[in-house]
Amino acid sequence: MSQDLSNATFLGYRRENGRVGVRNHVIILPVDDLSNAACEAVANNITGTMALPHPYGRLQFGEDLDLHFRTLIGTGANPNVAAVVVIGIENGWTQRIVEGIAATGKPVTGFGIEQHGDHETIMNASKVAKEYVQWASELRREEAPLSELWVSTKCGESDTTSGCGANPTVGNAFDKLYPHKATLLFGETSEITGGEHLVAARCRNDEVRERFMFMFNRYQDLINRHKTSDLSDSQPTKGNIEGGLTTIEEKALGNIQKIGKECMVDGVLDKAEAPTGPGLWFMDSSSAAAEMVTLAAAAGYVLHFFPTGQGNIIGNPIIPVIKICANPRTVRTMSEHVDVDVSALLRKEMTPDGAGDALLDSMFRTANGRLTSAEALGHREFVLTRLYESA
Amino acid sequence: MIDFVVHDEGDSVGVVVVEGVHAGDEIAGWIMDQDKEIKFVAASDIPIGHKLAIKPLKAGDTVIKYGVDIGKVVADIGKGEHAHVHNIKTKRW
Repeated sequence: MSQDLSNATFLGYRRENGRVGVRNHVIILPVDDLSNAACEAVANNITGTMALPHPYGRLQFGEDLDLHFRTLIGTGANPNVAAVVVIGIENGWTQRIVEGIAATGKPVTGFGIEQHGDHETIMNASKVAKEYVQWASELRREEAPLSELWVSTKCGESDTTSGCGANPTVGNAFDKLYPHKATLLFGETSEITGGEHLVAARCRNDEVRERFMFMFNRYQDLINRHKTSDLSDSQPTKGNIEGGLTTIEEKALGNIQKIGKECMVDGVLDKAEAPTGPGLWFMDSSSAAAEMVTLAAAAGYVLHFFPTGQGNIIGNPIIPVIKICANPRTVRTMSEHVDVDVSALLRKEMTPDGAGDALLDSMFRTANGRLTSAEALGHREFVLTRLYESA
Repeated sequence: MIDFVVHDEGDSVGVVVVEGVHAGDEIAGWIMDQDKEIKFVAASDIPIGHKLAIKPLKAGDTVIKYGVDIGKVVADIGKGEHAHVHNIKTKRW
């Protein structure tokens, strides 16, 4: 361990519920597809606010609807968000989301469009958004220990360099954060296929192991129910195959390098479910980049490590996404997307420990306010996970 | 100069980490877990990130990488030849 993190702190925004964020967003959150236009109009009216348009929220039911509410409430509740304006077509579901976010104590107001129309809704919502953004602009960062930092990881457009360079770099950083009681997350259930026994062996106890295997088998059942082939067109992706990854097993073994060598899996979460303590958590989740990062943000994670091989360019509207890359060709051809270049690892000109430290250095700078490449480039992919058809 | 890396000395494949490896090139590999170096001649043109067999593999063999099963050989692969979707398939799904 080359870097002593025992007294390390970052500068964050302490929220009403005690959680600490690393960004200070005021968001305009649509309940449903119909309300995107009004949300975007409000964000256009009021400088410093951000709309989060998405295509869903009508006629969902059962577990899929529960997930919709959990994701939207979790997004608003995330400590990177200072205040929220919620707009929905009608008041019922709008208020349900408002009440969920209000439980954190942060400012939140909802507007239903029916019986008002877009014009009146946009005017009323803009007035509130203006108050919120001016209030938020006076909030100040304060020092917080690493035990208050929540960091998620998920890789994308992986290739073989991910498994030998970028992913072990995340693993090294996770191994260093874990003893300091940071709250960590990994997921991508289908992309553990071939390495599930290795993750199971890392689970803290039998209860966690059983829950992990339940989530893993649930996803395998889903794939087996719907597949029309061996998935060799989807998992690995065409980009993975272009990058040299051949089978899901190979991809999975590279993927799980992200959980390091020492940290244990302390708990298992359903999609967008918040962890209840520090440690490393597994979340049952899609392996599609924007879906997984959106779920991580909805669970309350404030910063994300994203290793890539071929060059996935994803960002997220509310949490900074740090890109780590070990592929020298990608670093050369897509440098504007890469925050931490660890390609020297594969030339033996950098040690795994040095690479982990470089990522942690980027993590502290990003937490303290430096914009990531994805933030500077305007990447705000907000993608809700759906479980099945609408009613 | 390292042209390819191997995770573990028990592995059947290595990963090319430089651009422009051509058949006939003498290439140097780094076995990461044991920190050893190996050398041999590439038997195919191999793009960056793609794998080569570091031992001869027969159809039906299990392919080992990271010391773990990553799939099955479906067409024989000679030492130094390109190993990818044309000669290796998943055992899952």
